[in-house]
Amino acid sequence: MVEAQPQTDGQQIQQTPPVYEIERLSKTYARNNLVALTDVNLRIHQREFVSIIGSSGCGKSTLLKIMAGLLPPTTGSVMLEGRPVLGPRPDIGMMFQQATLLPWKTTIENIVLPIEIREGRSAAKAAYTRAKELLELVGLKDFANVYPGELSGGMAQRASICRMLVADPAMLLLDEPFSALDELTRDFMNMELQRICLERGATAFLVTHSLDEAVILSDRILVMKPRPGRIVEDVKIGLPRPRNLEMINTPEFGQIVAHIRGLLGQEAYQ
Amino acid sequence: MTTTTNISTKDTVWEEHEALIDRVPRWLAMTLLFVIVVGIWDLVTRMGWVSVIILPTPAETLKDLFFVGNNLISGKYMLDALWTTTLTVFYGFAIATGIGFSLGVLVGETKFGERAVMPYLVAIDTMPKVAFAPLFIAWLGFDIGSKVALAAFIATFPIVVATAAGLYAATENERMLFKAMGATRMQTLLRLKLPTGLPYIFTGLKIAAVGVMAGAITGEFLGGGKGFGALIRQAASQLNTPRVFSLILYLSLLGLALYFTVVWAQRRFVFWQKVDQKGGVV
Ligand SMILES: Nc1ncnc2c1ncn2[C@@H]1O[C@H](COP(=O)(O)OP(=O)(O)OP(=O)(O)O)[C@@H](O)[C@H]1O
Ligand SMILES: [Mg+2]
Repeated sequence: MVEAQPQTDGQQIQQTPPVYEIERLSKTYARNNLVALTDVNLRIHQREFVSIIGSSGCGKSTLLKIMAGLLPPTTGSVMLEGRPVLGPRPDIGMMFQQATLLPWKTTIENIVLPIEIREGRSAAKAAYTRAKELLELVGLKDFANVYPGELSGGMAQRASICRMLVADPAMLLLDEPFSALDELTRDFMNMELQRICLERGATAFLVTHSLDEAVILSDRILVMKPRPGRIVEDVKIGLPRPRNLEMINTPEFGQIVAHIRGLLGQEAYQ
Repeated sequence: MTTTTNISTKDTVWEEHEALIDRVPRWLAMTLLFVIVVGIWDLVTRMGWVSVIILPTPAETLKDLFFVGNNLISGKYMLDALWTTTLTVFYGFAIATGIGFSLGVLVGETKFGERAVMPYLVAIDTMPKVAFAPLFIAWLGFDIGSKVALAAFIATFPIVVATAAGLYAATENERMLFKAMGATRMQTLLRLKLPTGLPYIFTGLKIAAVGVMAGAITGEFLGGGKGFGALIRQAASQLNTPRVFSLILYLSLLGLALYFTVVWAQRRFVFWQKVDQKGGVV
């Protein structure tokens, strides 16, 4: 048994008011009467990076979609910055496993798409300066006027980070954003993500399958179990920031990973 | 230190044994095939194995090609006929595109269209549409109208099916992205589903371009009038096979022009998709 319960030093974070407050949330898909989530309670505080990990099909994406206002919960409440989430909101930025850039728009046009949809074309044009700053932030400033067909997978995902950030959302929701990338690119992207979150003071919620990824990025990791989907433990990660990839080889890191692996049990990693 | 792995090439020399015929350039290959086919054709007719009434000699056909070409260039009655057919094809294609696209959006975008309209469309589509020709003639007379109607009728269905399929083509993630951005249904249709569906729609238009030609000519065969189809029928009834051959050849130019206009439009409007010479997707 791993006794090394990671220490809780996120105390100062806990005192800020929560950005997200989810209470007694449950979701049953009416179509097949499948209970995807039961009694999920969680709070995410400002500037916190929270990950959720669990076996495939345990309800992570369902939870994320409910948080994003893309799916109504069956019971329970979801509050973002004091207001209930009743539908898609501009203060939520999302990222998916696929970059989903529109091939007929250039990189920069793709990035201002959320603004174009919400506020029209002239507002989108006005956001170009901001989009260029973001492209610079992710190292894509030379690719602003290129069509996505010419971007590599990692570059496309960096562009979709910019699209997520362009409206300056209060909350970032990430559903396995880098899992389609190769391991080296993924490590690099994870470090980029950390840098961007620290630089902007962003609050983020990440769905992932990778234990290493979760531990290296998160302040807290929520461990989920399936059938029905529920959060079984809230693991605080005390590793200092900024994190780097060398930390993966430290004993603390190994202990945390082992601990979570133990929680997940055999089923998730057969 | 660099280590070079040497895969022994001593006894397994991989040589591409490409046949000579595969190595000749495209233009040469095409010319070669043309010469062979025409050569056999010439032989068959010259030796009298096939009656010249059934199959004219290449020389006769060529002579007639010049004759018809001359008639077309000098603006005689054949040019009028070609113009009539061109108009028929153009109107037929325009109407088919308008109706096909609208019905396609109805079917692809609304539950009502999918559930109520589509079954009827499928039912009509399975009928032999040429059989409607006498009806169109009865309704619209022997003028260009009945031919346009038949041409449009045949060409509409592939466009409906392609448009509907195109509207379904956006992925789950793309739809979710638009939903998350708070896009209205109209925005999702215009900025996501239609552009995503364009390659499908153009495939439908290419099928329609072939269908509209068939419809126009069939209409002219069955309903007379002043088009190229009527000229062909007339020449055939006089057993003037060289004329039939050359008329068909010129007619095929019209079909090619329409087809490649669609291919050109596809390149222009679906610029993010690579399209090859024949309009197929690479
Ligand atoms: N639209 C839907 N209708 C019915 N059932 C669904 C729907 N979407 C998901 N489910 C079911 O809900 C459960 C949770 O799905 P969800 O996609 O949230 O899992 P997940 O944890 O994200 O899995 P993965 O790690 O594979 O992405 C699964 O059993 C799935 O079959
Ligand atoms: Mg998922």
